[in-house]
Amino acid sequence: MSTLIAIEYGGYVYASYAVALVAIGGFTWRVLRRGRQLADQVDDADKYWH
Amino acid sequence: MSQTTPPPTRKLGTGTRATRAIGVAAVVMLGWLLAFGLGFSPADRNQEEYVRILYVHVPTAWLAYLAFGVTALCSALYLFTKKHSLGFDRFAGASAEIGVVFMALTLVTGMLWGRPTWGHYWAWDARLTTTALLFVTYVGYLAVRGLGGSHHQRAKRSAVLGLLAVIEIPLVRWSVKWWRSLHQDASVGEPGSGVELDGLMLFSLFVGVIAFTLLYVWLLLHRSRALAMEDVLDDVGLDAAVAARRNETVGVAP
Repeated sequence: MSTLIAIEYGGYVYASYAVALVAIGGFTWRVLRRGRQLADQVDDADKYWH
Repeated sequence: MSQTTPPPTRKLGTGTRATRAIGVAAVVMLGWLLAFGLGFSPADRNQEEYVRILYVHVPTAWLAYLAFGVTALCSALYLFTKKHSLGFDRFAGASAEIGVVFMALTLVTGMLWGRPTWGHYWAWDARLTTTALLFVTYVGYLAVRGLGGSHHQRAKRSAVLGLLAVIEIPLVRWSVKWWRSLHQDASVGEPGSGVELDGLMLFSLFVGVIAFTLLYVWLLLHRSRALAMEDVLDDVGLDAAVAARRNETVGVAP
């Protein structure tokens, strides 16, 4: 019985952490990839942060 | 004598020493969030294990409000400073993008918390509805940023929208006071709220807020730099198109 309760708890709790981490990870990957693609096309002189 | 070509050098990216340090700190804090949120923090007397969703749900909501607040601040700085710097506009746009992601996460984690505690994922409740409205508004803001025109036209129209959209945040914040709501009224740390958290619970929440705030700063720097490069490429493309058009005109002139 306690295992069933643990599974029930785990479903929603773990799902919320998993959704957050996957979404943040995906967005981060997209931001970095886009940054790299653009950096290859732009002169280093135009990158004010360097 | 053999002639060797130098190896191709990779151009500089959006990262710097500072962003790398912030990124490492964010990853460490996210690890702490997992450890404390799923492990060390105790179960709640009423919410039992579901209280662990709090450590993700509240920081994502905080981050979305912060991101939209920064969008409004940068919009105001663009509109009301003499220089009308496009740097402010890019920060506003980058912050809104991140805010939309975190707002979506607030909605999803809230639904995952609502199902076991309220019995359903969604209700057309005041807090939930105003939050959904806020999310849709900023999706619209991003769509408006994507419309055509010069950089300054884009900046001007999105700055006006950014200043109007932020008015919704107090509406979301006080919706639980103004209307009857399923969502809890009192907030953590609010005087007279009657909400008291165990030390470890409060610490786990604090870890979540710090982790997501560091992540936000890191994403904001990378994304705003990428937007700056997009603008540079737009300008280069425009210059090339104008030059090509001029050459065509010269070619057909009598």
